[in-house]
Amino acid sequence: MSRVLPHPWLSAALALTWLLLNGPPGPGSLLLALAVGLAVPAVMRALRPRPVRVRAPGALVRLTAVVIVDMVRSNIDVARIILGLRPGGRRTGFVAIPLDLREPFGLALLSIILTATPGTLWVQYDSDTGRLLLHVLDYTDGEAWIRRVKDRYERPLMEIFA
Amino acid sequence: MTAAQMPAWVACLVVALALAGAGFALTGALGLIRLKTFYERVHAPTLGATLGMALILASSMLLLSLTEGRLVLRDGLIGLFLTATTPVTLLLLTRAAAHRDRHEGRPGAPPKA
Repeated sequence: MSRVLPHPWLSAALALTWLLLNGPPGPGSLLLALAVGLAVPAVMRALRPRPVRVRAPGALVRLTAVVIVDMVRSNIDVARIILGLRPGGRRTGFVAIPLDLREPFGLALLSIILTATPGTLWVQYDSDTGRLLLHVLDYTDGEAWIRRVKDRYERPLMEIFA
Repeated sequence: MTAAQMPAWVACLVVALALAGAGFALTGALGLIRLKTFYERVHAPTLGATLGMALILASSMLLLSLTEGRLVLRDGLIGLFLTATTPVTLLLLTRAAAHRDRHEGRPGAPPKA
C-alpha cells in the first residue's frame, strides 16, 4: 500500500483531474489516468510531502455542506452591504481567535473556508501562540465571531485531521 | 442537441445562472469603489471568486452537458483551483498592508496578533 500508493488521496485526485480534462472517459484515457495517478505521487516522494490522513470522512461531508450554506449566505450579506441595502450603521473590526488547531492541512483548509465566505478575512496567524487575527466586515460581537469560527469550522476540522 | 434545439426554459435557466453570477462579480467590483478602507475592500472581490464563480460555472456546465449530450464536469476544476489559490493572493495582500500600516503607525492598523 505505502510503496505503490504513498499518497492515495493525491493519486485519486490526479486520476480524476486527468479524466475530467480529457473528455468522455474511454479505455485509453482511463489507462493514462491510472498511469498519472501512480507515477506523479512517486515522483513527488522526492519532495517528501507530509501524508494526509482523513480520520472522519463523514465530518468532512458535513463540513462541506455547512461551508456551502455559509458561503451563499455571506455572499448575499456582503452584496447587501455593498449595495447599501442594509439600514443602520455598520462597524468593521479585527477579531483575535485563539485556535487549538495546529495541523497544517487543517489550517490551510480553514484559510480557504474563511476566504470563501466573504465578510471574513484571514489577516495573520501566529504559529507560536496559535492566535489567528481575522478582519470582519460586519462586526457586532467579538465573542460571537470567536464561537462561530471555533464551533462551526475548527471543531470539525480537528475531528477530520485528528 | 444544438443550442438552437434547446427548450426555452433550459435556455432561460442557463442565462439566469450566468447573469446572477455576473451580477455578484459586478457587485464585488463595485465594492472596491464603495467601501472605504483597504481591509474592507479586500472582502469585495471574493464575491466574484466564490458565489459569482460558482453560478457562472454551473451555467457553463449545464450548457455544455446539454449540447454535448453527456455530463460535463470539467469546469468544476476551475472552481477547485480558484478556491484553493484565492486565499494565497488575499493573504499576501493583507499581510503586506498590515505590515505597512503597523510600521507607519497608522490609526486603522491591525492589532498585534
